[in-house]
Amino acid sequence: MIKSEHLCKRYGSLTAVDDVSFEVRPGEVLGFLGPNGAGKTTTMRMLAGFVVPTSGKASICGHDVEQDALAAKSSLGYLPEGAPAYGEMTVRGFLEFIADLRGLVGARRARLGHVIDRLQLGEVLSQSIDTLSKGFRRRVGLAQAIMHDPPVLLLDEPTDGLDPNQKHEVRALINEMARDKIIVISTHILEEVDAVCNRVIIVARGRIVADDSPQGLAAQSRYHNAVSIRLERGEQLPAMQSALAALPAVAEVEVSGRESRLTALPRQGSPILQAVSDLAAREGVELKELHLESGRLDEVFRTITA
Amino acid sequence: MRNVGIIVRRELGGYFSTPIAYIFIVIFLAVASWLTFYLGQFYERGQADLDPFFTFHPWLYLFLIPAISMRLWAEERKSGSIELLMTQPVTLWQAVVGKFIAAWIFAGIALALTFPLWITVNYLGSPDNGAILAAYIGSLLLAAGFLAVGSFMSALTRSQVVAFILGVVGCFVVLLAGYPMVTDAFRSWLPQALVDAIASLSFLTHFESIEKGVLDVRDLVYFAMLIGYFLIATVVVLDVRKAE
Ligand SMILES: Nc1ncnc2c1ncn2[C@@H]1O[C@H](COP(=O)(O)OP(=O)(O)OP(=O)(O)O)[C@@H](O)[C@H]1O
Ligand SMILES: [Mg+2]
Repeated sequence: MIKSEHLCKRYGSLTAVDDVSFEVRPGEVLGFLGPNGAGKTTTMRMLAGFVVPTSGKASICGHDVEQDALAAKSSLGYLPEGAPAYGEMTVRGFLEFIADLRGLVGARRARLGHVIDRLQLGEVLSQSIDTLSKGFRRRVGLAQAIMHDPPVLLLDEPTDGLDPNQKHEVRALINEMARDKIIVISTHILEEVDAVCNRVIIVARGRIVADDSPQGLAAQSRYHNAVSIRLERGEQLPAMQSALAALPAVAEVEVSGRESRLTALPRQGSPILQAVSDLAAREGVELKELHLESGRLDEVFRTITA
Repeated sequence: MRNVGIIVRRELGGYFSTPIAYIFIVIFLAVASWLTFYLGQFYERGQADLDPFFTFHPWLYLFLIPAISMRLWAEERKSGSIELLMTQPVTLWQAVVGKFIAAWIFAGIALALTFPLWITVNYLGSPDNGAILAAYIGSLLLAAGFLAVGSFMSALTRSQVVAFILGVVGCFVVLLAGYPMVTDAFRSWLPQALVDAIASLSFLTHFESIEKGVLDVRDLVYFAMLIGYFLIATVVVLDVRKAE
């Protein structure tokens, strides 16, 4: 379990992290979101025992990160922001160094080869880290973080710089590990939240402003339960728009003339799908597409952190 | 202990995976020889010993050792790898000692490569090899002392250039602590007892006594304490400032 109790970090007059408390349990994949400079990295650094909090405390699997630092670090896999590494080392040399420090000896050493395969690092093993592309560098950082199969993973922007295939791979990897681990990832990619997280914390200016499931957050969106339709014949657009707006359950209608698309936003998130499809049938409007929205995280994110 | 060994191995590998190590060794050997043969008048003196060689070591090390030690922590902070290292299950102590030992071994390798000089004096005459061994040990201790000072200076900054300059100044002060140019600087504003204490810390007096071939326990204790003191200071500084 990760436990953060009233963590604060001040740099001079700037409060980077302000009274952040939360707990994360096994099986939870926590997405840590927030605008640039919100304090995500600083919080993760305090959990990893790298930055000493100004006040408050944190523990990893019951080990206080300051009093019992070695035990806490042993239970932790940590990918620092920007995936720092020893640039002059080869990928193989670097990973073996970490494996040595992590005490991967005997049968457990096989994990190293397994992780290298899983992150497809085979082809760059003898290249020096300085000469790697950004995505490969990130994958080396990930390999470093997961090789000892830790119960807790803290990953600061794990998919930053990865190509779409690798993003997919890494998300699959996170999902695989999610069952028995505690995983915290910080990210700016909101689709990632849907892909891997079952809990979201949003921070802004150092404070937690939302702590919910991705579905719960999406439900706060104006677009929650909104229905968007595309018309077969564009000339029916104005008529359909005013018909939709006249429905009592519809709060607002957005138009995109180029795509002949109408989006009906419900009042208080009440379901309107049936009403909209009935209306189309009544008006004799042929639909190319009918789509129920669950809510837009980016819009919620903007509203909450503005 | 295991972790210290792992860090020593990585660091040593780091030295030799870039050309810097080889350039350093070549410069060290070239300057050491030049000082010995020209300034030290190795041949002209007509004596079979290595005095002209060892006499210049403090001055040679004054610039070359900070060149080794400047990267110890400054580079680690600049590249951010310190965050990686400090979140592995190693203590700050293990990291500081491991890096120090690796740098010392590296300096030792450079020093060991001066062995042709030793062969030369043995070929030319019959020197006191015991005294030469003592002088080599003294030189190694001197290097270790400077490295400990340099390690501390490197922990203070993210810039290797600043670490180098601080290293040279720091080494200069401990080297000449007993000499007027340093004591005078302190005499005006420190009590006499403190000035004497600083003076007794001088590297040069201790090195010179070993260099004469006398391995006194007090000199060994002096170097051990001084190294320990600066390594403790390195740990303290890093503990406070590692993330800044
Ligand atoms: N060592 C430091 N000294 C001074 N200020 C710092 C330091 N580290 C972080 N800060 C400040 O703390 C605040 C939070 O930074 P942090 O890196 O945690 O943000 P973040 O949420 O990770 O942002 P991003 O999304 O850009 O990665 C920022 O205003 C930053 O400038
Ligand atoms: Mg960040």
